[in-house]
Amino acid sequence: MAQPQLKSHQFRTEREWDWRRLETLLGRVESRGPKALSDDELLEAPVLYRAALSSLSVARATSLDQGLIDYLEGLCARGYFLIYGARPRIAERFVSFFAKTWPRAVLGLWKETLVSAAILALGILVGFLLVRGNPEWFYAIVGGDMSGGRDPTASAQALRQTLYDKGEGNGLSVFAAFLFTNNAQVSLFAFALGFAFGIPTAMLIAMNGASLGAMMAVFAAKGLAFEFTGWLAIHGVTELFAIVLAGAAGFKIGLAVAFPGEKGRLDAAAEAGRVAGAVMAGVVLMLMFAGLLEGFGRQLITSDVTRYSIALATGIIWLCYFYLPRKEGGLHVRS
Amino acid sequence: MSARDPVSGADPALRRSLVTPEGVDLNLRIADVGQRIGAFAIDVIIQNVILTLFVIACGLVIAALKFKNVDHVAVIMFLGAFLLRNAWFIGFELSPRGATPGKRILGLRVASRDGGRLTAEAVITRNALREVEFFLPISFIFAAGGAKGFESGLYLMLVLWTGIFLLFPLFNRDRLRAGDLMAGTWVVQAPRRRLLPDLSDADARSGFAFTDAHLDAYGVKELHVLEQVLRNGDRKTLAAVADRIRRKIGWTADAYERDDNFLAAYYAALRSRLEQRMLLGHRRKDKFDRA
Repeated sequence: MAQPQLKSHQFRTEREWDWRRLETLLGRVESRGPKALSDDELLEAPVLYRAALSSLSVARATSLDQGLIDYLEGLCARGYFLIYGARPRIAERFVSFFAKTWPRAVLGLWKETLVSAAILALGILVGFLLVRGNPEWFYAIVGGDMSGGRDPTASAQALRQTLYDKGEGNGLSVFAAFLFTNNAQVSLFAFALGFAFGIPTAMLIAMNGASLGAMMAVFAAKGLAFEFTGWLAIHGVTELFAIVLAGAAGFKIGLAVAFPGEKGRLDAAAEAGRVAGAVMAGVVLMLMFAGLLEGFGRQLITSDVTRYSIALATGIIWLCYFYLPRKEGGLHVRS
Repeated sequence: MSARDPVSGADPALRRSLVTPEGVDLNLRIADVGQRIGAFAIDVIIQNVILTLFVIACGLVIAALKFKNVDHVAVIMFLGAFLLRNAWFIGFELSPRGATPGKRILGLRVASRDGGRLTAEAVITRNALREVEFFLPISFIFAAGGAKGFESGLYLMLVLWTGIFLLFPLFNRDRLRAGDLMAGTWVVQAPRRRLLPDLSDADARSGFAFTDAHLDAYGVKELHVLEQVLRNGDRKTLAAVADRIRRKIGWTADAYERDDNFLAAYYAALRSRLEQRMLLGHRRKDKFDRA
């Protein structure tokens, strides 16, 4: 007694080839990237994806084969992520990051940046005043092992030497790489701490500022303030700016979680997180640049005038890049 | 049956609707906490194995150079370790698969909660926050063993405070960790499913003549359970289920009837009946649904 095949069975047999074709294309893109597809196949994929979606709708309405519906749901989800998750090419993303995304994100954080900078400045001031009042504070703030002999007991001669030591050109690249990775990790940490309503971020920045201020007081006591500032500023302008921005990004997410405003807490957090993420990507790049300046520039350039000029130039360039009004609606602050 | 989905075994609490611009609900499932921990553990293990091998390799190169002019090796070592720690998650999650190797193995991927594109900023944010969520609590927990000067009360506070971040995903419906919350992302199940064979083969029905009365005993829910039983093919279950159905519909088996043949035939016939009625607008939910 021969029975006719079910309609849902026929439906499946007729379309199965298309689904399998889509599955093959998806598998190739997922393992080797969009380049794995030819131009024809790139045009074919969205068509197949929409066909699969329509199959899913029809199957839900007419078929009781749960295995089929599960398969189609999985296939359509993968297709969805491919079609709607597609991003422009790496090169274009790079250009648009530097031309728009990053400077806009930084501009959008100007209030938080000011707060973050103020906390850093306060930290420096407090560190400086404490150590100038009582040099014993130095050991509490900086810690003896971190200073590398640059403590209040060092002679002016020894201190001067640390500022102009050429280091014989050895180990500079290692030093640069170490500083970069260390600073980048710390700044990522400062950013992430912002999630706890920004308070730990503020403490971290203030601590950083305080140890800088304490160091400054040591050199100032021996009449080396001008020289020390030059030694620090050649890379410090970039590095401190980056740390201030990392702190600002941390405050941004902390504030969004604490005071979401009119939006839902989740939406406010997600929006702040995206702006902050763009800032942080740039911060890591800035720190890489600062690490190079610190490792090479500072040791190889020992003239105070050149050091100050480089510091000034980097400062002006960063400020112009981030805050100078530009066309294409660059002035609109995304908050 | 309990409230669990009979086919995939998925907890309905994990289902989330994501409607595509074409208007079809993809019916996503979010990853549960066990899968998240598993994926992260796999990633950390792979990372550490690579890091160990990498450091050993660098050490061998340095030894081969007899400790002269080894600056470059040291630079590569610092940068490599930094990249491995930070770029591992970010790089893999930005790839078309949207998942680290650990997540791939468990069939998970990162997706944007609003259904839009997963941006680089979001991926950076969700992974930067791993610092406070995981590394901070872990370092406090390990610091306890070493530092004697640490007051135990203060220590307990710190562990509790940082533990909140570690356990964050347990306290919200979407299993978001703090990084997901800030980045507007979530982790969903996107396993590669195979197309399983259709069980409604018409040949299966030959030799069995079920009447409408026989087929009216069950609804869609029971059909799906039966599909699962047939796909699993466990003989004991097959026998038990066949027995239940025969008694329920009053079917007398002849001496040569095999349980699996009977069930396959009944599945095909029941599905045919239910699908026909569905086309006419009656979707019979389960056996209690008497429309």
